[in-house]
Amino acid sequence: MSPTLALLARELRLSLRSGGGAGLGLAFFLIVVLLVPFGVGPVPSLLAQIAPGTLWVAALLATLLSLDRLFQADFEDGTLDILTLSPMPLEGLVAIKAFAHWLTTGLPLIVAAPVLALTLNLPDPAFFWLVTSLAAGTPALNFLGAIGASLTVGIRRGGLLLSLLVLPLYIPTLIFGASAVSAAADGADPMPAFLLLAGITLFTLALTPFAAAAALRMHMR
Amino acid sequence: MSIWEFANPVRFMRFSGKLLPYFSVSAALLIVTGLIWGFFFTPEADQFGSTVKIIYIHVPTAMLAINAWVMMFVASLIWLIRRHHVSALAAKAAAPIGAVMTVVAILTGAIWGQPMWGTYWAWDPRLTSFLVLFIFYLGYMALWTAIEEEDKAADLTSVLAMVGTVFAVLSRYAVNFWNQGLHQGASLSLDKEEHVADVYYLPLLVAIGGFVLLFIALLLLRTRTEIRNRRIRALQAREAR
Repeated sequence: MSPTLALLARELRLSLRSGGGAGLGLAFFLIVVLLVPFGVGPVPSLLAQIAPGTLWVAALLATLLSLDRLFQADFEDGTLDILTLSPMPLEGLVAIKAFAHWLTTGLPLIVAAPVLALTLNLPDPAFFWLVTSLAAGTPALNFLGAIGASLTVGIRRGGLLLSLLVLPLYIPTLIFGASAVSAAADGADPMPAFLLLAGITLFTLALTPFAAAAALRMHMR
Repeated sequence: MSIWEFANPVRFMRFSGKLLPYFSVSAALLIVTGLIWGFFFTPEADQFGSTVKIIYIHVPTAMLAINAWVMMFVASLIWLIRRHHVSALAAKAAAPIGAVMTVVAILTGAIWGQPMWGTYWAWDPRLTSFLVLFIFYLGYMALWTAIEEEDKAADLTSVLAMVGTVFAVLSRYAVNFWNQGLHQGASLSLDKEEHVADVYYLPLLVAIGGFVLLFIALLLLRTRTEIRNRRIRALQAREAR
């Protein structure tokens, strides 16, 4: 097995087995979306209007919740040091870990989102764009999260700091993701927002591994 | 003689100690002149009445809020490339000043916005970007305090400054997409004829000059404090051995 696949398989095994916490983000997504109608009232038209933003904000928070698992455990037990010594560049390692993290936290959100959208009375034409925009946008959330996770990896009680560092980075993704769904819900053209969202995602996929790997190197010096 | 000689903390301390009084006094003079001129000796504007006079605080602080971050970006880059400690400490020293400038710009804008736009706050692109910028400042300062090892803290905050710069700019243009907003165009501009009338322009320039000098004076002062702080810790560590 190539090193890339071996690492990917390791990451997936670790997060899917007991104690990995892959389901936690999904459960959190569910509860946040469930709480919104309690907060704003059960009016279908109001819920339909805020559904795109609610689902996107909930997806963003659910991703954030599991970020501290990205490097923390490996850093503490020394696995990260061993992995750094392998021939694979640290940037590639970060990208694979972030991708595996997306497979276990981002992908379930995309599958669950249409069901939750139904409870929020999202207009029919927006369902396709909800799934598409989440599929295009959630990888950016995981990769940006990798920067925050790598910056705060050795810090005790780093969880709150992590959210302070990462959430502002999510703003462009959130704006374009939610706009695409809202536009589809209003019968407007979701393409401009969607293309910008895809652009942001490609940009983060290309560049964040370098920033995160730089931060990890600083921690392990 | 090159600028890099000031990377030596001793030389920096000597030089900045000599400069500091000049910057402080000229900052005070220009701010007092600019504000008194602006507040008492300029006419009231046609549509805005006396509320126009808040620009003498709002515009300089807003400019500095952005430029302090740019300065932190440059200083962080210098630290990452050339590893001059004074540069890292200057970036650290600039963050609280920039954060305060951001808050003052937002608050003065809110005070002006209530009579003029009829609201203290609107989700306008410029206002929103300033709030985002403020959060970036908070995150940057929080990361500095969270890491005990000084060089590591300087390294990591520099990475954050790089990433933050990219995303602050990206957010600035992303919010344009989301809401067109109420805020007027640039008050000062070199290439367009859109800036304010001359009677307001001159005192505004004086006030901006004063605030820039104030920023430099505060920056020198805080950097000197950081250098002394580090020296104290080094001495304490030597004592404890």
